[in-house]
Amino acid sequence: MQDSLTIARKKRKFDLPVTKLLPFLLPIILILFWQVSSTLGWLSSSVLPSPLAVLQDGIKLTQSGELPKNLSISLYRATVGLLIGGGVGFILGFINGMSKTCRLLFDSSIQMFRNIPHLALIPLIILWLGINESAKISLVAIGTMFPVYINTFHGISSVDPDLIEMGKSYELSKSQMFFKIIFPAALPQILVGIRYALGVMWTTLIVAETISASSGIGYMANNAEDFMDMETVILCIVVYAILGKISDLVAKSFESLLLEWQTTGRSNV
Amino acid sequence: MNKNSMIEIKNVNKMYQNLTALENVNLNINQGEFIALVGMSGGGKSTLLRLIAGLEKPTSGEITVGKDNSRSVMRMMFQEDRLLPWMNVLDNLSFGSKDKNTKAHAKELLDLVELGDYANHFPNQLSGGQKQRIALARALMTNPKVLLLDEPLGALDALTRRKMQDLILDVCQKQHLTTILVTHDVDEAARMADRIVVMKESTNYYEEDCPKNRNAGQIGIVADRVLNEILGEKEIQKQTA
Ligand SMILES: Nc1ncnc2c1ncn2[C@@H]1O[C@H](COP(=O)(O)OP(=O)(O)O)[C@@H](O)[C@H]1O
Ligand SMILES: [Mg+2]
Repeated sequence: MQDSLTIARKKRKFDLPVTKLLPFLLPIILILFWQVSSTLGWLSSSVLPSPLAVLQDGIKLTQSGELPKNLSISLYRATVGLLIGGGVGFILGFINGMSKTCRLLFDSSIQMFRNIPHLALIPLIILWLGINESAKISLVAIGTMFPVYINTFHGISSVDPDLIEMGKSYELSKSQMFFKIIFPAALPQILVGIRYALGVMWTTLIVAETISASSGIGYMANNAEDFMDMETVILCIVVYAILGKISDLVAKSFESLLLEWQTTGRSNV
Repeated sequence: MNKNSMIEIKNVNKMYQNLTALENVNLNINQGEFIALVGMSGGGKSTLLRLIAGLEKPTSGEITVGKDNSRSVMRMMFQEDRLLPWMNVLDNLSFGSKDKNTKAHAKELLDLVELGDYANHFPNQLSGGQKQRIALARALMTNPKVLLLDEPLGALDALTRRKMQDLILDVCQKQHLTTILVTHDVDEAARMADRIVVMKESTNYYEEDCPKNRNAGQIGIVADRVLNEILGEKEIQKQTA
């Protein structure tokens, strides 16, 4: 009994680094293959520059301050847009989830508006707001509002009625009911919405910055394209991939922090 | 109100749109009495408990609980544990109670239900029977005078069920609780209750007083009588057909 337990534990310890490293295997092989192909001249640098060349370009642009400047302006637009869109989406989802009257009043209109792809609004928004910051931020806000709205609304309106009845039997006030029961019960669904919104946030920003901007990573890529600067184009794509991955990781760690009760399974007993 | 009575139900009717869930219910329950409410499914047992708990209002009639008709003296327990999955056991117990030394009280009650070591566990780490014991402890947190139990043992296996029956009986006797237990199990009713009330369609109610300190044989006899009372008419119809 004791022995089999220690064996099981040892096995797990041995498993851990392997399972952590495995996801990186394919990208690493791919990059190595890419580098080798470039070095051996199988890949022309006008089609695809080598990873090392891209890396050198990245270092150069970082030293010149161009990359950090554009990166921070992109991050600023993304964050502000997400905060506004997410905030509005949350509030709308909250009031429609809580009040039947509001639901009847607003929901079908919101759903109608949602069916317009928000990127289709770019020309209209440029006409209204020009190509300044507010145009990009509004686009991100509109794009991120809907996933947060839908998931908040759905999360709140589908809270287990048994738990609500239980709260009523304790004569909870409306705000207690919300903070003790409804919000925590809806939280997993709301976080799904936020995670989805993060994806929408980057896509929207890239498109908006590519079409109309004088700064930002999307602008940098577009500008590099005009000068046939292949390294910078690839660099921007890599930066996008990294940003997307980082925001997903942040969202995930938020989830596991806030939803500890879901992940603490029987195995921990 | 009678001096000894804790719950008085007078001419209570409950309609849902066109559906009559309860018709002219009259029931008097004394302080410290243990009532079992049995009857066919859909007979309005849960509805009656919700009315007593004040979660819904009767269409007509009157329900009085205690002298000041306060809802906070009552606590409910359901077939589902209704624990909050995002709170650990200790926080689930403290939920809804207002006084300061809740933690100490909660720990006492956890010991009472023999789950003292589980304070920091989350509900999804517990078995069905353990969760129901936590739910019982939670119900006891606010020192209620009345326990309303809506088939709380319905989902448990026979062995766990039996242990829970004894635990509930013990707690109710020691704390002099007035208890209404809804159950579909006539043996459970005959084992636990001072008085069994059979809810039937229309205004027809049957009551059975159970002997004190009953033995297995007496329990069987009471259970049989109650079962016949519930099924009676239908059984007779079957036999004559
Ligand atoms: N909220 C409700 N709305 C409409 N009908 C209900 C509601 N609650 C209960 N009923 C109906 O009232 C009747 C009694 O239900 P219930 O009290 O749950 O019975 P029991 O608990 O004895 O099985 C059933 O026909 C049920 O469908
Ligand atoms: Mg019921």
